[in-house]
This record gives sequence, C-alpha cells and structure tokens, in this order.
Amino acid sequence: MIELLRRLGRGGIGFFQRLGRAHLFLARVLWGLGELYPRPGLVVAQLWSLGVLSLLIILVSGLFVGMVLGLQGYNTLVDFGAEESLGVLVALSLVRELGPVVSALLFAGRAGSALTAEIGLMKATEQLAGMEMMAVDPLRRVVGPRFLAGWLSLPLLAAIFSAMGVLGGYFVGVGLLGVDDGAFWSQMQSKVDLRDDVVNGVIKTIVFGFVVTWIAVFEGYDCVPTSEGVGRATTRTVVHSALAVLALDFVLTALMFNEG
Amino acid sequence: MTTRKKKKAANPHPPPPADDALVVIRGLRFSRGPRVIFDGVDLTISRGRVTAIMGPSGSGKTTLLKLIGGQLRPDAGTIKVDGEDVHRLSRDGLYALRRRMGMLFQSGALLTDLDVFENVAYPLREHTGLPEAIIRDIVLMKLEAVGLRGARHLAARELSGGMARRVALARAIALDPMMIMYDEPFTGQDPISLATLAKLVRELNDIIGLTSVVVSHDVAETAAIADYVYVLSGGRVVGKGTPATLARTRSRWVRQFMDGLPDGPVPFHYPAGDYVEDLMTGEEG
Ligand SMILES: Nc1ncnc2c1ncn2[C@@H]1O[C@H](COP(=O)(O)OP(=O)(O)OP(=O)(O)O)[C@@H](O)[C@H]1O
Ligand SMILES: [Mg+2]
Repeated sequence: MIELLRRLGRGGIGFFQRLGRAHLFLARVLWGLGELYPRPGLVVAQLWSLGVLSLLIILVSGLFVGMVLGLQGYNTLVDFGAEESLGVLVALSLVRELGPVVSALLFAGRAGSALTAEIGLMKATEQLAGMEMMAVDPLRRVVGPRFLAGWLSLPLLAAIFSAMGVLGGYFVGVGLLGVDDGAFWSQMQSKVDLRDDVVNGVIKTIVFGFVVTWIAVFEGYDCVPTSEGVGRATTRTVVHSALAVLALDFVLTALMFNEG
Repeated sequence: MTTRKKKKAANPHPPPPADDALVVIRGLRFSRGPRVIFDGVDLTISRGRVTAIMGPSGSGKTTLLKLIGGQLRPDAGTIKVDGEDVHRLSRDGLYALRRRMGMLFQSGALLTDLDVFENVAYPLREHTGLPEAIIRDIVLMKLEAVGLRGARHLAARELSGGMARRVALARAIALDPMMIMYDEPFTGQDPISLATLAKLVRELNDIIGLTSVVVSHDVAETAAIADYVYVLSGGRVVGKGTPATLARTRSRWVRQFMDGLPDGPVPFHYPAGDYVEDLMTGEEG
C-alpha cells in the first residue's frame, strides 16, 4: 500500500518535472528564435522537409475525406430534400473541424515523429553535445528552425487539406450524385463566414501546429539517448500529439462556436 | 601549413612560463546517481603544455572533460578555465569560452547530414564571417594535417571510426582554439596514423602555442608526447608527474596502470557484490 503510494508520488513528481522542463525548453527555444532572422535558409530547409514532404499525404487524405463527406452528407440531406446544401455541409465540416484536426493528426504522424527521431538520434550520437562544445547552441540551430517551420507548416497544410476536401466533395456530390453545380458553390459562399468559420479554423491550426511541433521537438531533445529511448520518444510524440490535438479541439470549439 | 602557422605563432605573446595554469580544478566532486565518480580531485593544466589524463576505463576521464567544457555541473568544487569559473558563467560567457576550446569527442560526434568538408567548415561558418575562399583554404589545410584532404567529399557516415575521429580532430582545430581536449584520439588508429596523430598533437601544441589535454589509455604513445601526466582512479588523482618521474614512481596504483599488470590496487571490475553470492542467488537485485 505504502509502496503503491510511493510509486504514485514518484510518477506524479516525474510528470511535473517533465512538464516544467518542457516549458523551460519552450521558453528557451522561443527566446532563441530571433537569431533565425538573419539566417532564413535554416528555416526554409525545414519548411521543405516538414511541409513540402508532407504534401502528398495531406493532398490524398484531403481528397478522400472530402469524398466521404460528400457521400455521407448527400445520403442524409437527400431525405430532407436539402441536397443543395451539400456544399455548405462539406465546407463547414472541413474548415471548422476536419481540416485542422485531421491535418494535425497526419502531421504528427508524418512530420512530428520524424522530428523526434531526428533530434533524438542527434542526441544519441553526441551531435548535440558536439555542437555545444563548438559553442553552437543546438536549441537555436537545430530545434529553433524545426519548431518554427513545423508551426508555420501546419496552417498551410490544413488549408490545402480543406481545399482538396471541398474538391473531393464536389466531385462526388456534383459529379457523381447530380447535385446542382451552381447551388453547391453559391450556398457555400453565402453560408461560410470568413470570421466565424475560416478564421476560427485557422486559429485552431495555429494552436495545433504550435503544440504538435513543441511536443515533437521536446520529446526528441529530452529522450533517453539510446535506440530504445528514441523509439519510445517517437511513439510518445504521436500519442501525446493526438491526445493534445483532440482535447484542445474540444476546448477551442467550445470557446469559438458556442453562439447557441 | 607549418610555415603559415609559424607566422601566426610569432605573435607578441612570449612563450608562457611553466607555472602559468590555464585550467585549475579544486576539490571537484561529482556523482552520477549513487555512484561517486570524483571524490575531491585537484588538477592543474599548464598553459602551452601537453597534459595527459590517464586512468582505467570508467574512471571518469570523459566525464572530467565534460565538466571542464561546462556540459556537466559538479556537485562541489570549482573549475576555472583561463581565470573564469566555468560553472558561474552566464550562458553567453560560457559560449564565448567554448569558442576558445576545442574538444575531440570519443565518438567523433560529426554531423551526419554534412560531408567531411562541411563538417570541418561548420565552426568557421558559425563563428566567422570569412569569405568562402578563405574558409576553403583553412578547411583544406586542416584536413591535410590529418591526412584526409582527399576524403573531403565523403559523407560522414562513409567514414571508418578512425577516419571519423581524424575529421573530428580537424574540426576541433578549425578555429585555432587556445586549448584542445582530446578524448582518446589514438583509439582505433593503425600504427602509422597513430604515430602521425601523436606527432600532430605535439606539433599543434608547440607551433600554435595551444594547450592540450589528452585523455588516453595508450600509455606508451601518450607518455611519449605528454609534458605532464595525471593518473585517475577510484575518483581520485592517484599519481601525477612528468612521464619520466611516473616511470620511476613506486606507487602501486601508477605502476599497475603504466605497466599493465592484471593484479594490483586498480580494480578491473566495475564495483559489484560478492561474485559467488551473485551467482547463487539467482534473482535480479
Ligand atoms: N550518462 C551517464 N549516466 C550514468 N552514468 C554514466 C553516464 N556516463 C558515464 N557514466 C558513468 O560514469 C563513469 C565514468 O564514465 P566516463 O565515460 O567518464 O569513463 P572514462 O574514464 O571516459 O572511460 P573510457 O576510458 O572507457 O572512455 C562510468 O562508471 C560510467 O558508468
Ligand atoms: Mg571515455
């Protein structure tokens, strides 16, 4: 019994210590971001490997999610004779929820895990320590550019995801199921609000991008420097990012879309 | 290369007196969890000299270099480098100090996504605004010194262990630091590169006026180039002196290590419980 309590306590302390380290780490990374201003090349290289190389999975997934939405939405709406509203349904679901959330999950799996593994391996092979001894701060040279690039990439990827999804919905709804072309677009235009829907969706992606990339770079930097440690850290990145994204999505949705 | 270096050596600083200490370690204590690695170590590294740190595997030589470089924090005691207390410096102060220290890691610690040339150029690009042509010249000079000028286009992962360490050495001297710490520079080298490297360490020290700290097991090779030797064991300095005095010393610790005797006060084993008992109990504990 005492042993159990002790273990709980130790686990709790470990958790809070890690949380503290994660925040200190974040503060130091953010503080060092200013140094990147004269060296945009570092960030561009990371935008390429995190953003551009994630494009394919985002494009394909967006298309399929949109097609499924088109199909399911049509089946429901047609019972009420409201299939003209398919465009609104597809666009709103994507812009408000599915775009930000699904892209963030995909991004965590595709780019976040790679980030953790890369930084973790650099730690395990003493590359980070080597940089420190060369008076190069790995937080600024290695972590900073990756953090910034990841944070910037997700909103763009999510926008592309949503655009592809709308095309997918259009293809199924208008192309295959015969929804009226004009109604599809005009209803979408009149019912999707720039501030309430689009901006709120973008805010979500900015928050998710920040959190997912933070988790990924921290897990890599804080990992146990062995092959097993890197493997575990990579798994944790994906799991924790997914949980954080879903939980935050609930909170953000409650704050943003509760006009009732 | 040597002629250019000589010009640099002809600077206004006269050769330093022998008692001029660059690194002063006093009362150093450090432990990893329950295991005490250093238990009151006093050590002085003189400017312009080659100081060797020897000791059995696991005696904390690498740890000592990391403490001097400010990557680890001692539990007690002070480490001063060039008059500055390494562990009291601000972050910027520490980084400025590290710019003047080179360190050769036991593993090499090369950046694996860069090739040999870029690895050596890395500290130059980070810390100097030198034009590309000059960076190229410096890098080629440093690579020539370690005999790898022809390997400059190889990726870091294509190098053998010994080659990687020589590239790391070239990188460590790229910025012409005031002090270089070599962690096992001779391990994994064939007899020819070993002799060349030992000569290089000595020459760098004498010609550029570096201070060198060499960590090594290689008693004969190290004794040949060192001016002063410290022998670490069991968390303490068990012997010190010039190679000549150490060769004559009667300390059993030092004798055993220098002569490579299996029996003596230096334990070959990591601290452990009773062997027979360990075998008999049959459970992990
Ligand atoms: N990251 C670490 N965590 C815990 N203990 C460590 C760690 N690194 C080293 N140690 C312990 O510290 C002690 C000294 O290690 P160190 O690497 O300094 O030895 P060394 O003298 O360089 O040995 P070698 O000659 O084999 O390189 C060893 O007993 C080792 O078990
Ligand atoms: Mg070592």
